[in-house]
Amino acid sequence: MIRVVLPPHLRTLAHVRDEVQLAIAGPVTRASILDALEAQYPMLRGTIRDHVTLQRRAFLRFFACERDLTHDPPDAPLPDAVASGAEPFLVLGAIAGG
Amino acid sequence: MSGVRVLVGTRKGAFILTADGKRKQWDVSGPHFAGWEIYHVKGSLADPDRLYASQSSGWFGQVMQRSCDGGKTWETPGGGMGKTPDGMPTGESNKFVYDTAPDTGKPLTTHQFYDGTQHPWEFKRVWHVEPSLTDPDTVYAGVEDAALFRTSDGGKTWEELAGLRGHGTGPKWQPGAGGMCLHTILLDPTNPRRMYVAISAAGAFRSDDAGTSWKPINRGLRSQYIPDPTAEVGHCVHRIALHRSRPNVLFMQKHWDVMRSDDAGDSWREVSGNLPTDFGFVIDVHAHEPETIYVVPIKSDSEHYVPDGKLRVYRSRSGGTEWEALTKGLPQRDCYVNVLRDAMAVDSLDACGVYFGTTGGQVYLSADAGDSWTPIVRDLPAVLSVEVQTLR
Repeated sequence: MIRVVLPPHLRTLAHVRDEVQLAIAGPVTRASILDALEAQYPMLRGTIRDHVTLQRRAFLRFFACERDLTHDPPDAPLPDAVASGAEPFLVLGAIAGG
Repeated sequence: MSGVRVLVGTRKGAFILTADGKRKQWDVSGPHFAGWEIYHVKGSLADPDRLYASQSSGWFGQVMQRSCDGGKTWETPGGGMGKTPDGMPTGESNKFVYDTAPDTGKPLTTHQFYDGTQHPWEFKRVWHVEPSLTDPDTVYAGVEDAALFRTSDGGKTWEELAGLRGHGTGPKWQPGAGGMCLHTILLDPTNPRRMYVAISAAGAFRSDDAGTSWKPINRGLRSQYIPDPTAEVGHCVHRIALHRSRPNVLFMQKHWDVMRSDDAGDSWREVSGNLPTDFGFVIDVHAHEPETIYVVPIKSDSEHYVPDGKLRVYRSRSGGTEWEALTKGLPQRDCYVNVLRDAMAVDSLDACGVYFGTTGGQVYLSADAGDSWTPIVRDLPAVLSVEVQTLR
């Protein structure tokens, strides 16, 4: 299972307390994780990426295995540790605002 | 037993204040949606327990929330686990996509940007939700960048009423300091086909065919800050209001100037009269006296707080021009709050209650139509909107 850690506001919105576990068939990429996440938690559609363009919302970033994956292509394979479930895929809100 | 439910949207969540008809003892619940900006919460007249809230965030965008029990519990109406046959969610309550269909969405226009260039419409947030007067599942939403959307399935899905943007003046609309927002939606209680909207900075518009087509209604407005002060569009209208018994009479707080129309917006005249400043955001009408109106003058367009450190509501009992300051119970020194455009409302109890919220986090009530005021709460986050439901 793929493990995903959401920022607190999105955990509240999705009614989950802890990290999310997703089953993904096929390549594990940022796009396939977000597709599975939005299918399992439809209330998150539009909150991480745009409904239509699928562009990342500007103040969100993606990390895994101590690497910033934000600017990697959405279909690039994620590290094996994410695909195996050893490490989580993190969605983080930028430190901004008040 | 009658009562009131006050719906407060703030920079950091929503609060619901309830009291019986005496309006003395208040129960405060919240924050709902803690940490999110709640631009507006409003209940349905057709089903008072049906509430809609606009929840937004610079990080996560727009979320629409619905309650079917008067705000005790909430749901994202399109965000459940239902699926279409191809596996997609059955509803997407936060999906606001501008209409680009050839038959209804044309011409897809650009609007004027801050630097005078043309800029495509980009959805940012919902400023105002206006439930239908007769159907709790039908709601209108005014959004930034300015457009009007409607749901007829209780908020699961939204579609644009594209005739507003498509009627031709869109390239002349421009954002005000707060963005280019459609912030006011008024439904005529006597004519289901007539509705009004107001946009900063474009002006006021009227539809006489239930939102299909629109016309600008800005004749008589004068705005020195635009190239043609009497232009058909481009005016920064901050708020319009009407009384249910007389929906052809409109009152407007413009960027500067308080205005009145007696012909459903076809023409306007200034009624600022003896106000200390005619800049402001809110305007509202007494529940039982259609000529009694309220504004909160703000110092200027560059100093968004009350003048002289005094929080004063001004009331006119003659539909404008002659105004009296209402100060009893309000701070009269060292006060520098603002009252935003959606942050005043009235109840319809026999003694009309008037409510407003400030950017300092206070929500004030007058249970005697403005003669005296008392804070219901003092220390909320900055208040963005106040609505009141009179429960019987």
